[in-house]
Amino acid sequence: MMNKPKEMNELLLILIFSAVVLTMPIWLSPLGAAYPDLLQKFAIFGVFAIGYNILFGLTGYLSFGHAAFLGVGSYTAVWSFKLLSMNVLPAVMFSVVLAGLFAAVIGFVSLRRSGIYFSILTLAFAQMSYNLAYSVLTPITNGETGLQLAKEDPRILDSAVVDGLPSTNFFGIELQGFSGFYFCAAFLILGFIIALRIFRSPFGLKLRAIKTNQTRMRYTGFSTRPYLLTAFVISGMYAGLAGALMACTDPLAGAERMQWTASGEVVLMTILGGVGTLFGPLLGVGIIKYFENIFSAINEQALHAIFDFLPTWLEEFMVLITHPFVGEGWHLTLGLLFMLTVAFLPGGVMEGIDYIKKKMSSKDTDETEGTSTTKTAEEGSSS
Amino acid sequence: MTAVLKVEGVNKSFGGLKALNDLNLSVEEGTVHAIIGPNGAGKSTMLNVCIGQLVPDTGSVQFHGENITGKEPYQINQAGISRVFQTPAIFSELTILQNIMVPALAHRDGNFKFNAFKAMGREKELEEEAMRYLEEVSLADAAHDLAASMSRGNKRRLELAMCLIQHPRLLLLDEPTAGMARHDTNRTIDTLKKIKEGGMTKVIIEHDMHVVFSVADRISVLAQGHIIAEGTPDEIRGNPKVQEAYLGGAEI
Repeated sequence: MMNKPKEMNELLLILIFSAVVLTMPIWLSPLGAAYPDLLQKFAIFGVFAIGYNILFGLTGYLSFGHAAFLGVGSYTAVWSFKLLSMNVLPAVMFSVVLAGLFAAVIGFVSLRRSGIYFSILTLAFAQMSYNLAYSVLTPITNGETGLQLAKEDPRILDSAVVDGLPSTNFFGIELQGFSGFYFCAAFLILGFIIALRIFRSPFGLKLRAIKTNQTRMRYTGFSTRPYLLTAFVISGMYAGLAGALMACTDPLAGAERMQWTASGEVVLMTILGGVGTLFGPLLGVGIIKYFENIFSAINEQALHAIFDFLPTWLEEFMVLITHPFVGEGWHLTLGLLFMLTVAFLPGGVMEGIDYIKKKMSSKDTDETEGTSTTKTAEEGSSS
Repeated sequence: MTAVLKVEGVNKSFGGLKALNDLNLSVEEGTVHAIIGPNGAGKSTMLNVCIGQLVPDTGSVQFHGENITGKEPYQINQAGISRVFQTPAIFSELTILQNIMVPALAHRDGNFKFNAFKAMGREKELEEEAMRYLEEVSLADAAHDLAASMSRGNKRRLELAMCLIQHPRLLLLDEPTAGMARHDTNRTIDTLKKIKEGGMTKVIIEHDMHVVFSVADRISVLAQGHIIAEGTPDEIRGNPKVQEAYLGGAEI
């Protein structure tokens, strides 16, 4: 019996993905998440996580320093606003290039080791960057205040005098609110297309082969380090892009973006959603950002409103037991969710979805030709 | 006849243990050269030196006249040496087809190529070749199963196919039938004989004398890191020195 895994047509997949992303303001409004600020975050962190997944998901190298590239991207973008133009296009380009160069240097050193030592090296580099941004590099980063726009910035390409601070634009379109979201969403879609192609390419297959048996790869005639470095630089460029997009929607950059907790966040997102799958990291972003912004906003009053339909004594009781999990306690809920996922679904939410899908499809085939036990590595990534 | 592989005066010590002691070996083009010897004689160490996993303390390894001592494993593989390991070394999280596509890509693309935008689905030619090789080892039907789900015997056969698709000029086999049932062993012997007809040079390490005498053209006997006898299977069979050192006087 040949069981060829079905690969969804690439164009169709891209069209569906674009449609889902671009209609987010519509279908997220019942969930109370359709305001531009949060939508921008979804798209920006989506870019970050997709890129991170190219390294962590395909090669298995767990980097704890990707926030450094995010920071480099943000600083570069703000400097581009200050020195060149408020147009976001050059800012994005410079950020991606500079983050890529930075990643090449850090990757070159860190990839001399694998496993936990690689993680520690990347963590050390990122923390070093973070601390340097606060101390020695203050002329570039403006230290604790953060890098901001100022009236007297040269802006050699568009130095037109404006009242107050100018705002970022994309050839005249101001990137505030929903236009900011659509700008980020365009990059999310672009980033997704590139990731999709990498996942399904010979290059992607070789990265996955490195993840499962790097020693075998060497004896199969591959020089593995250039592959790893390429993946590292690509994911660093995605992080730089995400950092630039943050600066495009809100033109300031602070060192806290480079802190290790920010690197940890993207690791959590990727694991929660499903490492090495195309959509998992995006689901992870959605879940974590939703919790961070919506769950944290639920207070006692809102809880009372939710349980209003219950008898008073039960209402009081429900509010009492749910209260620790919302508002400032959203971290608790997220932590529990994360623990449950890792313990029972090591493949993240995507594994759960695959499991349900398989249950449903095996019910169909049971009746006709018995259970199909074929499990392929492709399924998780492309179904 | 030219020597494909030439090991000259190789010494390798691990601490106080001398694993290889002034080892000299010459493998002729187109032959199947078996290395036999008791456990701990240095057989696997010798293969490890040949593929660049270990660097010899002194001496050199030459492949088609080129010195490959101290080269990186991937360079040695790209030069044309493939190895089947004692414990199957495959990509267990990939499908069987993907497993064999990876070495096929190495053979076609060299040690590094950034082909990130071409879809694997478009590599029809390579896939057809891969399927032919899977057919050869009777794994084509399971091509889309995960490699981890296979039996040990199948994993070994997959690894053999992975090496063969690279069209190596020299194939090193480290106990290709160890732990196999008789039936599987015979199938492996058939496969080995089939590829022998193709004229591929092979070095095979084996404990199973049935396998050795079925496929080998020449046999070298290794004991304590040194070749103590070399010759055709018939010469080795009758060599009293070999019977003494290796078989403890027992009949082969």
